[in-house]
Amino acid sequence: MSDRALDRRAVAARLLRERRDALVVTGLGGPAYDVAAAGDTPLNFYLWAAMGGAAMTGLGVARAQPRRRVVVITGDGEMLMGLGSLATIAVDAPGNLAIVVLDNEHYGETGMQPAHTGRGVDLAGIARAAGFADAVSIRTDAELDALARRLFTAPGPLFATVKVSTETPAMVLPPRDGPYLRSRLREALLGPEAHS
Amino acid sequence: MSLSWPDDVFAELQSARIRQVAYVPDAGHSRLIQRCHADAGMHTVSLTTEEEGVAMLAGAWLGGERGVLLLQSSGVGNCINMLAFNQECRIPLLALVTMRGEWGEFNPWQLPMGGATEPSLSAAGVRVYRAEAPDAVAETVRAAAMLAFQSYRAVAVLIGQRVIGAKRFEK
Repeated sequence: MSDRALDRRAVAARLLRERRDALVVTGLGGPAYDVAAAGDTPLNFYLWAAMGGAAMTGLGVARAQPRRRVVVITGDGEMLMGLGSLATIAVDAPGNLAIVVLDNEHYGETGMQPAHTGRGVDLAGIARAAGFADAVSIRTDAELDALARRLFTAPGPLFATVKVSTETPAMVLPPRDGPYLRSRLREALLGPEAHS
Repeated sequence: MSLSWPDDVFAELQSARIRQVAYVPDAGHSRLIQRCHADAGMHTVSLTTEEEGVAMLAGAWLGGERGVLLLQSSGVGNCINMLAFNQECRIPLLALVTMRGEWGEFNPWQLPMGGATEPSLSAAGVRVYRAEAPDAVAETVRAAAMLAFQSYRAVAVLIGQRVIGAKRFEK
């Protein structure tokens, strides 16, 4: 792990600064708090469990909403649990889906146990080998800026793993009531049809 | 015996406005999978493991589309943790499960999950319907789809191994 790894809250805020009407799905734990800290909106859907399912949730939303950008923001442990989904998504190749892993190389939620990503496992390399034409590892502010500029416009599927520090910022809890989260997102997307 | 049940099920999926289909390849569902792939109105995705489909179809419904998960009973075991998504958010799920490990099974390794399919689905909050005759499958799928999408619940239809026929292992 680099001594100068990026700050996860600053990364989330930078990446989402120009999101406009993009949908964001988060994996459980740290990434959910980071996205909430960047600004809660009905267009955010936070997973509080279902570990390993964030990227596939993004795929389903992206196929249902082909005119919207869908960005999945998750952690390295969560992504490791759903590695097969990288193969599924690469083969399905949704043009409007981006997956961003905030990779602190640890399981932050459970006591900061080391994860495989700090021991040589390269998530962007796995994504590339699965078939993502666009898969990058981000370690610097300049690289982060470049990613932020194309996160909502580059042809998908896009995969990025952003190396962040193990520093744990103050918790910013997003809503966790499932029916509320799903209904507010559906209302924002579908209007009255959400309840038909 | 009617062999048209997969076509009848396909017609039910169309009338239920199913737009996304997620599956792990399965002999019992092979005809239905072919029909779904051939339909331009359905986006059909092959998975590496069944729980991917649980998450994908939850996402589909969040985005305003209905989906169906096609799997074998052994794959139900892979889904259990992901089903928290449906139960806790009251997100519909329609799953069509072909059974192994019951009617004339040759492979003893299929028996544990075959026996655990219904109780584990029930324990995870999924309503379970059974279809034990070819003529019963389509109407059971219709009722399951109505319950799932109109009452916002996870519903599985277990299609008995007797309907599909025991897999033959011949030397």
